[in-house]
Amino acid sequence: MRFAFKTSYEQDTNMFRDRIDASWYLLLAAAVLVLPAVLPVYYVGETTWVFIYAITGVSLMVLVGYTGLVSLGHAAFLGIGAYAHAYFLSHGLPWVVSAGLAIFLTTACGLVVGLPALRMTGIYLAIATLAFSVIIQEVFSRWESVTHGLSGMPVGKAVIFGVSFADDRAFYYLCLGFLVLALWLTRNLLRAPTGRAWIAIRDSEIAAQSMGVNLAIYKSMAFAYSAGLMGLAGVLFAHKIAFLAPDIFTILLSIQLLLLVIVGGLGSLHGAVFGAIFVALLPPVIAILRDSIPASFHDVATASGIAPLAWLGDAIGNFLKKPGVEAGIFGLILVTVILVEPLGMYGRWVKLRIFFSTFPMYKRATFKRQRTYMKTERLR
Amino acid sequence: MSFFEADNISINFGGIRAVDGVSFKVAKGEVFTVIGPNGAGKTTIFNLVSRFYDPTDGRLIFEDDDITKVPSHRIAALGIARTFQNIELFEHATLLQNLLLARHAHKKSGFFSELLFLPSVRRLEVEHREAVEKVIDFLDLQQYRDSFIVNLPYGVRKVTELARALCTDPKLLLLDEPSSGLNVEETDDMAFWIQDIKNLLGITVLMVEHDMKLVSAVSDRVLALNYGRPLAMGTVQEVQAHPEVIRAYLGG
Repeated sequence: MRFAFKTSYEQDTNMFRDRIDASWYLLLAAAVLVLPAVLPVYYVGETTWVFIYAITGVSLMVLVGYTGLVSLGHAAFLGIGAYAHAYFLSHGLPWVVSAGLAIFLTTACGLVVGLPALRMTGIYLAIATLAFSVIIQEVFSRWESVTHGLSGMPVGKAVIFGVSFADDRAFYYLCLGFLVLALWLTRNLLRAPTGRAWIAIRDSEIAAQSMGVNLAIYKSMAFAYSAGLMGLAGVLFAHKIAFLAPDIFTILLSIQLLLLVIVGGLGSLHGAVFGAIFVALLPPVIAILRDSIPASFHDVATASGIAPLAWLGDAIGNFLKKPGVEAGIFGLILVTVILVEPLGMYGRWVKLRIFFSTFPMYKRATFKRQRTYMKTERLR
Repeated sequence: MSFFEADNISINFGGIRAVDGVSFKVAKGEVFTVIGPNGAGKTTIFNLVSRFYDPTDGRLIFEDDDITKVPSHRIAALGIARTFQNIELFEHATLLQNLLLARHAHKKSGFFSELLFLPSVRRLEVEHREAVEKVIDFLDLQQYRDSFIVNLPYGVRKVTELARALCTDPKLLLLDEPSSGLNVEETDDMAFWIQDIKNLLGITVLMVEHDMKLVSAVSDRVLALNYGRPLAMGTVQEVQAHPEVIRAYLGG
């Protein structure tokens, strides 16, 4: 087991724990940078989705995982960012200005939606944000002069300062850059007083207040910051999907985003990225299985002479082709994660790491939490 | 001229008058204890002072300023810190983060400089850390620095709450039942710490407490309440001998 030997307080404010940690991230960075060179272009495109979803994950992680406010309406912020960017681009604004305005607009919307959050918590806030997203979706389909309504809105490729990101590989690097930026800014906030104030609000509003945290300001700040990141994700989303329609930004997408942070692991930025990998790569994995399972079962059936295997393979393939199966698998995984690993994929990762770093000495009880019944009724 | 004064404060919850015309003055540097049977309104007084409740009548004066209308999140910056009867720590954060949050009232960095984590933010962080480390040394919490609060035993959490209150650099410290849930040894430690807080750090303490051993060990003056009304005020011996107080506790 490795202990970080600390010799100054500055070390605790560093981005990475120590040189060894930092070098692991350097290795990861190198791997991600060379990935487009070795992967087929289809998989480069799918990995780009991971980056875009990871930005939405960071956005929602700040709000749900760190500030403890639940939002069922974040797809609306994604939509606002995407539509605003598409609209500004179609009016000939330069990319940077257009993206900046889109992010600014989304931040402002987040601030407005955050206002009811000052008085609401838990399920009531979820319902309020849900209502907001339904309203926004209606606006997308009715405000035809801006959004082209149900007929949809095409979005061109990104051209920044004359550099075209039309190529899938180039766009991959653009999204990667913005993801790193989002992670860096958020990590900065989280290791500074603002991040601590958010965590304090999540764990005990009353104590946070008596330590000098202005709940109204920090809650709306969390909402605005989260919405702003969602706007950034929306900008990239618009280019990636190339055609915007109101039925993209539904409640289902909001739930999928919430699922992303829960499966990834609430309360960690790693979780946002892990969750994004899961959410973005599950559909293509299902598609691959759908096509390959019947074929491979047929191969095995002919090779072994067991005919029912071919029949079984066809049955699985047909089942996976049915509409709603993907959503069903998502739901099943969500339930499993909540039951088995409340800390999500990141929690599991931490446990694995500790298992190996303490190898023969690992105690099963390390993560057993004693149940405590100390909290009585709180002041509301 | 007074350090802290509650001037005839009252509060109604619906038809119940939980605190009814309570007045007391706390002098700088003393330990002032409020005692009384359950439901006497002790914690309500604390919640009035830390501004979670608005008094129906009366005024609260701190260092000659009227704080009756000050919002609760501004109280820490004025120099009033508190602990809670049922520990209110930030459970899914480390002890160090809990204590650093208590420096929030002294936060000087702006949002955008934090977003970029400028060198000034780093410098301020180290300054906060130095202040926090003094408290950690004072209360012997070194070994728990990086532990998450959920994993700490009750006694340590109780001390952590005290530490968190001290990290705000208070002038007036409100302790809501500091010994509840502690064993005899831990209660003795708590008594020493309260004396040290008063004598070494020069912080005035306003305390609610049931354990009369602790009360008599540390208190300079005691106020006894019953049904939201003051019964007696004075030294521990005077209050304990007061016939009204005896009747409130023993009945009759």
